Amino acid sequence: MAEQRIIKVLVCKPGLDGHDRGAKVLARALRDAGMEVIYTGLHQTPSDIVSTIIQEDPDAVMLSMLSGAHNALCPVIMEQLKENGIDDVLVGVGGIIPDEDKHFLEKHGLKGFHGPGTELKTIVEFVKNNLKR
Amino acid sequence: MAKIDESKTLKPTKSERREKFTNLSDIEMKPLYTPEDIKGFNYDMDLGEPGKYPFTRGAYPNMYRGRLWTMRQFAGFGSADQTNKRYKFLLEHGTTGLSVAFSLHTIYGYEADDDKALGEVGKEGVSIDTLKDMETLFSGIDLSKISTSMTINAPAAILLAMYIVTAEKQGHSPDKLRGTIQNDILKEYIAQKSWIFPPEPSMRLIIDTIEYCAKNVPQWYTISISGYHIREAGSTAVQELAFTLADGFAYVEAAMERGLNVDDFAPRLSFFFNSHNNFFEEVCKYRAARRIWAKRLKNKYGAKKTESMRLRFHTQTAGVSLSAQEPENNIARVTIQGLAAVLGGTQSLHTNSFDEALCLPTEKAVKIALRTQQIIAHESGVADTVDPLAGSYYVEWLTNKMEEEAEAYFEKIEELGGVIPAIKANFFQKEIAKASYKYQREIESKDRIFVGVNDYQLREPCATPLLKIDENIAKEQIEYLQLLRNSRNNEKVHEILKKLEEAARGTENLMPYIVDAVREYASIGEIMASLKEVFGTYVEDSIF
Repeated sequence: MAEQRIIKVLVCKPGLDGHDRGAKVLARALRDAGMEVIYTGLHQTPSDIVSTIIQEDPDAVMLSMLSGAHNALCPVIMEQLKENGIDDVLVGVGGIIPDEDKHFLEKHGLKGFHGPGTELKTIVEFVKNNLKR
Repeated sequence: MAKIDESKTLKPTKSERREKFTNLSDIEMKPLYTPEDIKGFNYDMDLGEPGKYPFTRGAYPNMYRGRLWTMRQFAGFGSADQTNKRYKFLLEHGTTGLSVAFSLHTIYGYEADDDKALGEVGKEGVSIDTLKDMETLFSGIDLSKISTSMTINAPAAILLAMYIVTAEKQGHSPDKLRGTIQNDILKEYIAQKSWIFPPEPSMRLIIDTIEYCAKNVPQWYTISISGYHIREAGSTAVQELAFTLADGFAYVEAAMERGLNVDDFAPRLSFFFNSHNNFFEEVCKYRAARRIWAKRLKNKYGAKKTESMRLRFHTQTAGVSLSAQEPENNIARVTIQGLAAVLGGTQSLHTNSFDEALCLPTEKAVKIALRTQQIIAHESGVADTVDPLAGSYYVEWLTNKMEEEAEAYFEKIEELGGVIPAIKANFFQKEIAKASYKYQREIESKDRIFVGVNDYQLREPCATPLLKIDENIAKEQIEYLQLLRNSRNNEKVHEILKKLEEAARGTENLMPYIVDAVREYASIGEIMASLKEVFGTYVEDSIF
C-alpha cells in the first residue's frame, strides 16, 4: 500500500496588515485536516516569503490579504518564485480580493480568492485538489 | 383563504429549538430570569444613580437628555487632500466629531517610499508622512471647534505632535484642543499587531504623552484603551471586557510608578469597545465595565476624584459581524449593534457602513451608517431616559455574571505576573485564537446562524459598487515627500533628530523633542528610525 503523503502548507501574511484572525483560523483548520502547517507570522515582504518557501519546500502557500495590497505584492512573489526556478508550488490568495482583481492575479498564476464567509472545508478541499506535485 | 393548522401553531410546547442557548461568551441562558437570580441585589451598591459611583447606570446624571453621544465616523483613505474632502462631506451631513484612519505605512512608522510600504499607501487609511500632510488633512477645519480621534498607536506621540503644531499654525494653543489618540500599545501585542518597539520602551512613550498632555493639552484624552481589536481578532465579549480593563490597570500602574498622582491622569483615560451581535450581552458588558473600573480605581488605586472612577467609552459596531454576501443585510446588523451601544451608555459611536466587508465605505454607505445613528437618536426614543434596561432580572444577572467572569480572568493574569508577562507567554493570543476557531466552527456546523452566509443564502451573488483607491496615490505621495525633503532645512532636521536620539537614551520626557522634530518637517519614518536606534524592535512568536 502506498504511503499517504502529508501535505505541507505555508500560511502567510504579506505586507503590513495585522488582521491575522483568518490566517490563524485557516492554519488550524488545515492542521485539523491532517496537513503540516507553518505560519510565517506577520509583516512578511515578498522576499521574506520566497526565502521561507525555499527553506521549507511546502506543497502549497496560502496568502491572507485584507489590506488591498494584493495587486502590488502577489505578482512580486510569483516573479521571485520563477526566478528561483520554483514552479510546482500551489499559491493561493484569499481575504478581501475584489472580483475585478481576480483576473489580473490569475494571470500571474494565483488561485483561490476565498473571501469572507467561505467555509473552511471549501479551502481545505481547494488545497487538496489543486496541488501541483 | 389559507387554512391554519391550529394543532401546530397554538399548542404550547415544552420542547425547545435548541438543546442549549448560549451567548457569544458561551454563557448559558436560562429560559426565564426572576428575582431569584439577583438575590442580594442592592440598588445603591450595585447600581447607584447615573453619574455616581459605581456608574453602572451611566457615566453622567442625565446622559443623552443633556447631550447626545458624539457621532464619530472613522474615515481616511488615499491622500490627505481626498480625506479632507470626506471629512467635509461628513461634517455637512451632521457628523459631530472626526476620526482619522491612517494608512498602514503611517501606522507602522514608515515613509511612503519605504520598501515595506509597497502596495499599502492610502489603501486602508490616509497616507501621512510629515506635518505638511497633516496641515492638508485639516485644512479649512477649525481644530479649536471639533474633537478629533486618531487611531494611532506605536507612533501616537508623533501624530499628536503633528496635530498640536497644525493647530498652532491655525492660531490655536494646545489647551484648546479636544480629542483622543488611541496610544494603546498593549492591545497591539494582544490583537491588532501594529507594534514597533518592545513593550517596555512603548510604555515609556505612552506615559510620556500622558505626562506631557496633563501639563500642556489638558482637554486631550491621552489614551483610548481598546477592546475593539481584541474582539475583532476573535475574542468573546467576556475576554474583550477582561483583557481591556486589565490593560487599563497596567497603564494606571505604570503612570503611578512614574510618580504621577492617579487623580491627575485617570480622568483623561478613555475606552473603546466593540458592539457585536448579541444585544443584551453587549449592553451588560458596558455596564459591567463601568462598575469594575470604578471599584478598582477607588479601592485599589486610591482615586479620590469622581472623574477618575468614571469610565467613558467610544463604541464601534463589529466589523467582523458584517457579511460580504448580501451586504445590505449589514444595515440591520449595524442598527441593532448601535442600539446596544446607546443602551449601554456610550459617549461616542461609529456605525459601520454596509459595504465594509468588501472595501472602504462609499459615500452612499457611510451616509446610511450616519443616518442610522441619527434615527436611533431622534426617532427611537431610547435616548430620552437614562439606562432604561436597569432593573431587568436578566440584565442585572448578566451584568453581574460578566463582572464575575472578568474577575476570574484578572486573577489568571495576576498569576502570570501581569499583562506584559502574559503577553510574552502568549496567554491572550492563545485565548483569542482558541475562541475565534470555536466561533468559526459553530458557524460551519450551523450551531449559529449567520443570515445569508450559512443559511438563507442567495444563489446569485449581488453586485455592490466598491470604493476603489487610485493606484497613483502612492506615486504622488512619494513625489510630494521627495519635494519636501529638498525644501526643508535638512541640517536642522538632523540636529533635532540627533537630540531626540540622545534624549531617548536617558529618561527625559520625549514629547518636546518630537514636537520640535515635527515642526521642522521631519518625517514619521525619520523620527521612528531615531527611536528604533535606541529602543530596538519587537518580534512576535508565530503561534496559531
